[in-house]
Amino acid sequence: MSELQALQQKINYDKTFDCVQCGYCLPACPTYETMERETHSPRGRINLVKMVAEGKASVQDLEKPIEKCLGCMACTTVCPTNVQYGEILEGAKEVIEDHQIKSTSRKKIEDFLFGSFFPSGKWMNTLGNLTWFYQKTGIQALANKSRLTKLAPLHLDKFEQVIPQQPSPKERSKRAKRYKRKRPAHAKVAFFTGCVMDSVFFETNQNTIELLLRFGFEVVLPEQQTCCGALHAHSGKVNESVELAKRNIKAFEEEEIDYIVNNAGGCGARMVEYHHLFEEGTTWRERAEQFVSKVRDISEVLAEVDDLVFNKSVDRTITYQPSCHMTNVQKVKNPPLQLIKDVPGITLKELDRPDFCCGSAGIYNIVNYEDSMDVLDVKMKDVCGTNSESVITTNPGCLLQMKLGIEREGVTHTMDAVHLVDLLLEADPQQK
Amino acid sequence: MSNWMEALKEEIPDHQIMTEIADRYSYSFDASFGEHLPDVAIQAKSKKEVVHIVKVANKYQIPIYPRGQGTCLSGGPLPVYGGIVLDLSQWPEKIDVSADDLTVKVSPSVLTARINEEAEKHGLMYAPDPSSAHVATIGGNLAENSGGPRGLKYGVTKDFVLGLELVTPEGEVIQTGGQTIKNVTGFDLTKLIVGSEGTLGVITEATLKLVPKPAGVQTIMVEFTDVQTAGKAISRTLTSGILPSKMEFMDQACIRAVENFKPSGLPIDAEAIVIIELDGHPEALKVETKLVEGIMQEIGASNVSIPATSEEATKIWQARKQVSPAIAKIKPTKVSEDATVPRSKIPEMMDRLHMIKEKYQVEVVVFGHAGDGNLHPNILCDKRDQEEMARVEQAVEEIFQAAIDLGGTLSGEHGIGTMKAPFMEHELGAVGLEMMKRIKDSWDPNGIMNPGKIFPEKGQKLVLRNE
Repeated sequence: MSELQALQQKINYDKTFDCVQCGYCLPACPTYETMERETHSPRGRINLVKMVAEGKASVQDLEKPIEKCLGCMACTTVCPTNVQYGEILEGAKEVIEDHQIKSTSRKKIEDFLFGSFFPSGKWMNTLGNLTWFYQKTGIQALANKSRLTKLAPLHLDKFEQVIPQQPSPKERSKRAKRYKRKRPAHAKVAFFTGCVMDSVFFETNQNTIELLLRFGFEVVLPEQQTCCGALHAHSGKVNESVELAKRNIKAFEEEEIDYIVNNAGGCGARMVEYHHLFEEGTTWRERAEQFVSKVRDISEVLAEVDDLVFNKSVDRTITYQPSCHMTNVQKVKNPPLQLIKDVPGITLKELDRPDFCCGSAGIYNIVNYEDSMDVLDVKMKDVCGTNSESVITTNPGCLLQMKLGIEREGVTHTMDAVHLVDLLLEADPQQK
Repeated sequence: MSNWMEALKEEIPDHQIMTEIADRYSYSFDASFGEHLPDVAIQAKSKKEVVHIVKVANKYQIPIYPRGQGTCLSGGPLPVYGGIVLDLSQWPEKIDVSADDLTVKVSPSVLTARINEEAEKHGLMYAPDPSSAHVATIGGNLAENSGGPRGLKYGVTKDFVLGLELVTPEGEVIQTGGQTIKNVTGFDLTKLIVGSEGTLGVITEATLKLVPKPAGVQTIMVEFTDVQTAGKAISRTLTSGILPSKMEFMDQACIRAVENFKPSGLPIDAEAIVIIELDGHPEALKVETKLVEGIMQEIGASNVSIPATSEEATKIWQARKQVSPAIAKIKPTKVSEDATVPRSKIPEMMDRLHMIKEKYQVEVVVFGHAGDGNLHPNILCDKRDQEEMARVEQAVEEIFQAAIDLGGTLSGEHGIGTMKAPFMEHELGAVGLEMMKRIKDSWDPNGIMNPGKIFPEKGQKLVLRNE
């Protein structure tokens, strides 16, 4: 195989032919709107991948347009010919990673994040403890110490401001791994805790367990579970991402369960695509398919339960910002809305453009801070227009970003960002 | 750096001038065939900027290609001789509705569907509805004189243009037409410019006509066991005092492709279906629906479905919308034609298309706006297969020939661009084409405005292959 052929295979050249360049993706793409050029649109990016595969442009030419893609996948939902943009994007990222042409500053940021911030090998509680540690010592200070900020302004202080107070390692370690029910359970679910959720939003994870129990599920937390690998894949670190998938598949096979429940749209989206990581016909593929068939967002399993009442009225005007990955990859749209509407007292004001990304997009808001804020500003205009008191989301990245947006708009005294789980628990659900 | 690039920078902000290879490739294509690398892509956001860019291009004789969102199906914005792609899509949106005049003034970057959205707020409608209306700019629609399903009743883009502001190829600004429905002052330059595919200048503003928004709509789906009857049914309806807003045709290949792709409840045994939309006052709709039902039964339609709710109607139109993705599953490359024939010739055209399909062994599916004779024969192929593409080229040539033989035209709504240029003389005759060329040459003495479109080069042939 020639070098170009090898590149073509890796970059998914064949899949670019599914794009008929109709441009229907343009109005759906946040970066086309904020960056105002075809180069930063899905159609433009796919064309560039093709140009690189044909040797007309270099991998270097591709780097910036690919790096600036949020990966929100809104384009795949509107695409009339079902172009597998996700696969093209990941292929391109892998090729860019292979060519090691990332700028020094970007590489440093990634090393910092993947080396110290997201677990690449450790049980995620370690991460939780790390966040606690960071918060005590200051993330920005740590970044400063590693001299990273000299290379790239990380704006970590901005994120620090909006991270909720963390429980200490001692409090974390108190959590049980198994929650049995006295009454018969609707189903037995394994809770995928997620790494960012479990560190930054530990309380919400605790509430998730509580909520699942109240809704009548038996809950287990497989100990060997690890990061879903989404952030690694988004950065072209394919091998690491496959490794993490394997560990999760194995961890969740050890329990007899009906569902694998998560409360993070981005993690769920990664996990429903685990089977794509393995070749057809292999045992791992089969095991991955088994795993995928059980993956559910928490809103999906909760929405199925019909013997429940909410005891407390939540008299508040809220708006709902769906997670892009939940909408466009998991294709879960209605369950969260249905649950919100069930909460007594709630006034739901829907966004004009709920499917427009908030700009969080994994580590995008850290590595492409300015571009991310441009996207966030568009989103916040819509959010503020609803005059809501709370923004409800279903993904830790979105939740942090919305908190950041509220801070930026200077409306912290009138608005907050809340995970759907916390809202539901506030309404005090009980089985009939 | 070349002199002309320096001259451009005098008035245009740096971030609107794109010279990096990634950016240039991003403006090298549209939704049709071919890819041509421009020297630069420039975004203009005001009339002043357009004037400057065109003046520089004219002075240094650099080709310039106006572009909206690049959804063109005939190669309109392709920079075939290099030079400047002029991206107008980022111009700030302006939509000024004058409800009492039933007109609207728009900037060239406005998405066509947005005009209708704004009009509806005043109980009005902008009728032209190309299927890309939510993506395409009005500037592009004006340049290509785009149509759409509603063209049957309301006409196409040119029927809705009252006046234009244009930057000529020499960088002068002119106003054509005005704001009134009636206007016979001098030559009708407005209609000349609409559909001239950007070869006569850059449209910087348009005054468009609006019509009252119909109070209601009613969908009807009719099934046929043969295509001839479907053709007759269309003519019979239109001669019975009924003018539907849409009459969309799908052949069996289309129906089956949709049902394979996403089951939508279409009748897979029907040879053809016609989806009709009537619009008007609810009381009138009731009467017309009955009439259409009667006509269809009398002529021998195998089934007539009248959806009772708007949800059911939406389902039918959604199935129609699935045609595009569904047929793309047959083969990846889609050669979408829009040869149009007089309405009475639809059955004959269908026969010819069938023969062409057999003769060249290519996959052809047919759908389209049958009510106005505007069919969309689509050839599904794979552009990586050179041998197949050679057959497709021949088949396309013969489709054009068939349309012209039947008294029709090369293009109903997509435009000529690069692809159909070789066939122009055949339809218009040598003198007809020459008269057009003379107009072009006197408007654009240096030949800088969108060269390579409409007018063929000597010996130019249709080419769908890359090499």
